[in-house]
Amino acid sequence: MPALLEISGVSKSFSGLKAVQQASFNVPEGEIVGLIGPNGAGKTTCFNLVAGVYRPDAGEIRLAGRRIDGWRPDQICRAGVGRTFQLVKPFAGLSVLENVVVGALNQSPSVRAAKEISARVIEQLELKAKQHEPAGALTLPDRKRLEVARALATGPRILLLDEVMAGLRPTETDRMVALFKDLNARLGLTILMIEHVMRAVMALSRHVVVLHHGQIIAAGTPAEVTRNPAVLECYLGEDQL
Amino acid sequence: MRSGWLDDVPQRGLVLLLLLLFALILLPAFANDYLITVLILILYFAYVGQAWNLMMGLAGQLSLGHALYVGLGAYAAAALYVHFGVSPWIGLWASLAIAAAAGGAIGFLAFRFGVAGVYFAILTIAFAEFARLAFDHWSWVGGSAGFFLPVANYARNDLLNLRGSPTMFYYLLLAMTAGAFVLCHALLRSRAGYYWLAIRESPDAAQALGIDLFRYRMYVVVLSAAMTSLGGVVFAFYYNNLFPEQVFHISRSIELILAPIIGGIGTLFGPIVGAFLLTTLAEGLDEIMRAIGLDVPGVKQIFYGLCLLIVVMFLPHGVWPPLAKALRLDGEPSKDHSGC
Repeated sequence: MPALLEISGVSKSFSGLKAVQQASFNVPEGEIVGLIGPNGAGKTTCFNLVAGVYRPDAGEIRLAGRRIDGWRPDQICRAGVGRTFQLVKPFAGLSVLENVVVGALNQSPSVRAAKEISARVIEQLELKAKQHEPAGALTLPDRKRLEVARALATGPRILLLDEVMAGLRPTETDRMVALFKDLNARLGLTILMIEHVMRAVMALSRHVVVLHHGQIIAAGTPAEVTRNPAVLECYLGEDQL
Repeated sequence: MRSGWLDDVPQRGLVLLLLLLFALILLPAFANDYLITVLILILYFAYVGQAWNLMMGLAGQLSLGHALYVGLGAYAAAALYVHFGVSPWIGLWASLAIAAAAGGAIGFLAFRFGVAGVYFAILTIAFAEFARLAFDHWSWVGGSAGFFLPVANYARNDLLNLRGSPTMFYYLLLAMTAGAFVLCHALLRSRAGYYWLAIRESPDAAQALGIDLFRYRMYVVVLSAAMTSLGGVVFAFYYNNLFPEQVFHISRSIELILAPIIGGIGTLFGPIVGAFLLTTLAEGLDEIMRAIGLDVPGVKQIFYGLCLLIVVMFLPHGVWPPLAKALRLDGEPSKDHSGC
């Protein structure tokens, strides 16, 4: 059985800058895979390639065996890929609930059903007290939570999380980690996460892919990767983890 | 703007709404001819303002060429009536179709090739200007010399052919404005309404949540164009004359968007409140200027401009949001913070 998400030989350049070169890795169904690397390594570009924001120059991306590279972002979302944005993009003028309802309408055309889905997701992400507040008035941690809630409400098979822990306090990080663990265990939700907060990566991922200058330089369990000399040199050495 | 906010409007809000409608229905019995013509203007601007608001207020697509749809609707129904004796009730379907097609063509060009924001607005102006020039030279509908409908004598109202007294047009426009309100209210609570608001707030995020941007932008442009064209049909049969130089002129497109802007973009009551204030202001200024003997051309426009300036400066979200709060009709926990 093929992995849920297969990325094979994918490359993307921006006017000469090779953002991602010949990247290949798989995200098996039900797994939580971490994508790490120093700033500018090409992690977000990688996400944008999977989510359809960019079309790869070369290579193939498959979701459950079906090629999705070259599709539009909305088609990829409907195919079952939910994503968050590193720089959060809330619908600022709409309430938290309405934000989530927009996502939930991807699962169900009925507004009433979408509201029920949203109520559950909002509960899970501890946004219930703020559900009628305009999203533009939320604090950054709450906006991060809202990003996750919206993506989750689309009913994805795989969730792409782009630095959702950044800016959270350690206790909040632990709560978020617990939430993803629960979603993964209970619903079998597959997750691909870009994360700088190693505490979260270590707690969640059994498999980590390390990107540097657009190339994959290591892959394996968190323990293996953190012992890998190439990783230590390029990444952990610099960042003083 | 919270979608579906009538859910939360207190019972007395609905009662007030019905009372207002009731008062408007009874009004012609007490109003003189002059007042009726002013009310017709108010309702006309409320109606076309609502149609424009659907596109800009909900979906964030700025059109500065809505006179195009008014004109196409007006000319289509008028030409069918004058040349073939087709009742405007049948002609309006041609108006709807032609305006929808024009909106669709503009939308297709813009959204397929990524023309957005101010460039989209320029495209809408360009199409209105094309139409103005084309109709100027199209002799079948009178060209620049104008197109005239046979003027009825007002002995009897002929609703079938829309020939009759201003009171008939008043009721017609009242029904249309109420209908547009109900339609927009329903749309706002539908899936499309949520999607339009999402596209207005952030197209990228909307697309990432599975929204087909092209499709939903096309829907709103076509719908807004079609709605606007019905205003054009009434315009043609009320005024009985059409000049391309006036009908399609950009000043008409601007005039039409003032009511929703002053009233509150993206709110259902905005276009209605705005149309009421602006038309009353314009007419009132006429009276005041005449009374104080300051009948110099242009003075009225300066005062009108000043009033607009003051509203925009002090009530950037329009008159309705604070008014709703004062009347305690807002009941909506979230407000439009987008500033558009």
